[in-house]
Amino acid sequence: MKAGIVVFPGINRERDMAIALERASGRKPRMIWHRETDLQGLDLIVIPGGFSYGDYLRCGAMAAQSPVMDSIRAHAARGGHLLGVCNGFQILTEAQLLPGALLRNASLRFLSMDCHLRVERTDTDFTAHYQRGQVIRAPLAHGDGNYFADEATLDRLEGEGLVVFRYVEPDGAVTAKANRNGSARNIAGILSPNRRIMGLMPHPEDLVDPLMGGTDGAPLFEGLSAALAA
Amino acid sequence: MKAVVTVMLKPGVLDPQGKAIGQALSHLGFAGVGEVRAGKVIELELAETDPDAAKNAAESMARKLLANTVIESFKVEIAKGDAA
Repeated sequence: MKAGIVVFPGINRERDMAIALERASGRKPRMIWHRETDLQGLDLIVIPGGFSYGDYLRCGAMAAQSPVMDSIRAHAARGGHLLGVCNGFQILTEAQLLPGALLRNASLRFLSMDCHLRVERTDTDFTAHYQRGQVIRAPLAHGDGNYFADEATLDRLEGEGLVVFRYVEPDGAVTAKANRNGSARNIAGILSPNRRIMGLMPHPEDLVDPLMGGTDGAPLFEGLSAALAA
Repeated sequence: MKAVVTVMLKPGVLDPQGKAIGQALSHLGFAGVGEVRAGKVIELELAETDPDAAKNAAESMARKLLANTVIESFKVEIAKGDAA
């Protein structure tokens, strides 16, 4: 798997992401500076977490207009795999590569804690190494993770099975309490219709080694690596 | 020519900042404050001298960057009496 990680000014989780990708694939990902435009030859592009451009105007708004985004759009149009985590998810929605938007957390608080996610779909290259309905633990750290889309878009996402992760209790129950940031329908992660683009707020890359306190995130990267091995 | 772009969350989109401001006003003893909505005002200094063209340009900027029309609406006003 040839993976690249996009680095915008203010992005700060690219090294965690590199560790998770290299651990799964045995191959160091390429670091892509936001001014680069040649992304040919990559199987997977990851937009990691952080605070791109200081989150000025809206989270992800500036990054979505930066020079590298045209090449990322072309990669997506070719059917390339694209993963956005946290700020990366916000950027993908601002770039309209995924629908909806991430609003300020309903509590107005920056949340930094572990959450539990239910895997809603496993026939994707991102989640093939999980079981359907499996509950995994993942750290989250964001101020704007409150997923919003209009009712018609939410219904379409649900109808087409594009909701891939939901905030749940450790036993898998969908409750308002488990939905810390107030996301519509407890949505933590969504897919594009071709299932090659995934965005999620929590950080599976930060739980890929027993030394990190768990390995619940590892199957995501192992599944991608297996699917994209060439 | 100056354009003033006002960006507000659309009706129905939760505005926790507005809610918090409303609660703070009530703690301060201001009674009778209903819903509070918080938005952004962005001032643009434009080289364009024709008001209609300036408005069109500012609206295009708002659609492309200044507002996220998934969640926000915007309004553009061209500042009057600006003899630039």
